Amino acid sequence: MNKFDTNKSRNDSYFPLAVPVKGAGGLTGSWRTHRPVLDHDKCVGCDICWLYCPDGVIARGTQKIDYDYCKGCGVCEKECPTNAIRMETEE
Amino acid sequence: MAGIKEWSDYELSLPGNAACGGCPSTMALRTVGKALGENAVMIMTPSCAVASIGLLPKSAYDIPTLNICFAGAGVSASAVVNAFEIAHEKGRFEGEVPTVFNWTGDGGTYDIGLQSLSAAAERNDNILHFCYNNEAYSNTGIQRSGATMQFAQTTTTPGGKPNPKKNLAQIMLEHRVPYVATASIADLQDLYRKVEKAKAIQGFKYIEIHAPCFTAWKFAAADTVEIARLAVKSGAWLLWEANEDVITFQGATKQIAEGKKEPEALEEYLSAQGRFNKLLKSPDREENLAQLKADLARELALIKHRAAFKG
Amino acid sequence: MGINTNRTKLDTGNNACAEAVKLAAPDIIAAYPITPQTSVSEKLASYVDEGVLHARYIPVESEHSAISAVAAASAAGARTFTATSSQGILYMNEILHYTAGGRLPVVLVNVNRAINAPWCLYVDHQDSASQRDTGWLQLYAGDNQEIHDYVLLAYRTAEEAMIPTMVCYDGFLLSHSMLPYEPIEEEIARKYLPDRDPDWCLHPAYGRKTFAQVTPAFEYSEFRKRLAQESALALDVIKDRGAELDALTGHNVCSHVKPYRNEDADYLIVSMGSMGVEAEMSADILRNQGIKAGSLRVRTFRPFPAETFVELIPEGTSVIVLDRNYAYGTGGGIILQELKEALYGRKVSVRIAGTSIGVGGMELPAQHMADTVKDVILSAWNDKI
Repeated sequence: MNKFDTNKSRNDSYFPLAVPVKGAGGLTGSWRTHRPVLDHDKCVGCDICWLYCPDGVIARGTQKIDYDYCKGCGVCEKECPTNAIRMETEE
Repeated sequence: MAGIKEWSDYELSLPGNAACGGCPSTMALRTVGKALGENAVMIMTPSCAVASIGLLPKSAYDIPTLNICFAGAGVSASAVVNAFEIAHEKGRFEGEVPTVFNWTGDGGTYDIGLQSLSAAAERNDNILHFCYNNEAYSNTGIQRSGATMQFAQTTTTPGGKPNPKKNLAQIMLEHRVPYVATASIADLQDLYRKVEKAKAIQGFKYIEIHAPCFTAWKFAAADTVEIARLAVKSGAWLLWEANEDVITFQGATKQIAEGKKEPEALEEYLSAQGRFNKLLKSPDREENLAQLKADLARELALIKHRAAFKG
Repeated sequence: MGINTNRTKLDTGNNACAEAVKLAAPDIIAAYPITPQTSVSEKLASYVDEGVLHARYIPVESEHSAISAVAAASAAGARTFTATSSQGILYMNEILHYTAGGRLPVVLVNVNRAINAPWCLYVDHQDSASQRDTGWLQLYAGDNQEIHDYVLLAYRTAEEAMIPTMVCYDGFLLSHSMLPYEPIEEEIARKYLPDRDPDWCLHPAYGRKTFAQVTPAFEYSEFRKRLAQESALALDVIKDRGAELDALTGHNVCSHVKPYRNEDADYLIVSMGSMGVEAEMSADILRNQGIKAGSLRVRTFRPFPAETFVELIPEGTSVIVLDRNYAYGTGGGIILQELKEALYGRKVSVRIAGTSIGVGGMELPAQHMADTVKDVILSAWNDKI
């Protein structure tokens, strides 16, 4: 490079820019000690777990938990008004 | 206000971010994103919330985000919204001007960020400033901040902080801005309502969210919301909003302020955390607890007086 | 220079600057008052207030906020302007680095003034010259015409190279002195500098991207390497865009170094800013005394125009650098260090010496500069002059 190339298009990588993706911090590793397990019989579908999940890994309506990214913090278990979520020890 | 079933599906903070499990910042950001909608831009100064983004070229935040230096949140948001407004005036963009908001910690708000924030408030620039207040510099490893409670241990106040915290929400209120509110992760629906309200107001808006940090305060991550709830019940955190200088109280604070309930469970709140261990084991424990209670009572009396004051 | 036409105006450097900023049509202006810059931002505030400039003037509470404002607004796609002096640019230092690293094409005018301690209101170049490693491009004007022209050149350069650019000129000597200059016509300015068209900005219309988060070592080093490479290559941009402006105006801003009676000179005086104009007169004085002297005035300081100096300084010449600053701990000034580095290994029989003068606004009449040059020649080389 010995002349300033002013014609080249400046794409994202020219600037310190990043794009949003799931898992920007990686998958939850084997460090997770407990995982939330939902008891469908007790669940009334109030979505409080969805509301309070810090990581947005519980689906609204279905309460399906994305274990790839769940960090096992246990907030959902504590906040569930019907005790439908139980933290189980990871094997 | 829409019930949570009607809230947007939009997730501002994506799963798989680099925050701790149980982080109150990402928890609150999800609600904030849903209340503000997708036509918004976020500005951040150094904080855990920045560390949570992950490393370039991946970002955990699904929103245009500017990482600026520590002292500059207030002015940067002012500049960005002014740039957008004039670009829309000049016809470079169509549609509504995006909402510009800051997401900063108590360091970027109470301390290093205060000067430029104060100036932005005084100019009444059309921005929304959030402080997620975890009462310490958690990102750098839990040093004291201007928001740290008296007697709390941090790495720079290992014997307990000698002085009370600043009352920043009221300091912001006295900038004569249209909207100031305190909120808590204890009540995300109250937070949503406040954000929705602030979004519709022209001018400077300030919302401070009490955000118990389990690593800094030393309690179990699962108890994050419960600790926030205890803070409100005990009067250690007050929930209020000032809309065009009309001050109202919310949640347990409302009952306490109206005299229907006494503040309760302060010792329960303090003993649920490790950062007050020295206070609780101190020979001066009773005297110090009495002082802390008197100080919290003073803060409540002050905002009640302010609510009654009609200038 | 076409300064004897019927368009010529007599005005201060600060007004010539503000007029040029108006021609550049920035969207966002933010500044904090400091002597001797203040009247630039006051003038711009009144242009905005009168509606003759469609921009937002943000009256910030500090220089740190002024530069933060223009950096953030630039990231939001705006064309921006700020001005400062002395302590103000020192207070901006953190964000100067940020702006260059982020490739934000901000234009800043620094009206040179000495720095504290102790307080001093008058000119020297310590304030901006000490910011040389922030990644910014730096142009130094020698008269009010150059101030006016350089502002437009700075915008073209910054937006093409995506490197923030600083225009510097001497406090009071130029900022507050009425000197003739020919304002650039608005049509020419619009043609030369159309609206900014960013490749990326923060507006959601450009997608949802995160700017300047924590970056791993490899990517970080690549960003910084590219800034370093492109800063050096920006010499071409300054020269080419300067030539383009000159062709439109008939003025002369395209050379990195302004030579004067250099061709047959034995001794070349190197200096920067308005003292470089005075240096030409001291070369005349020295020639009248039988010393074949010439002058080379630095206009482009960052990037440092090393090749230009190699071309302009023939073998066998002796160079006397007069710095209006100090490179503490080296025994000389900053340009002396720069020039030695530029010529090292390129010239075998060029001698270089120098001294720092004119600091804190000490007056530099041509006679005094000529005497100083002789002092350097005698003390450094003991030549028979």
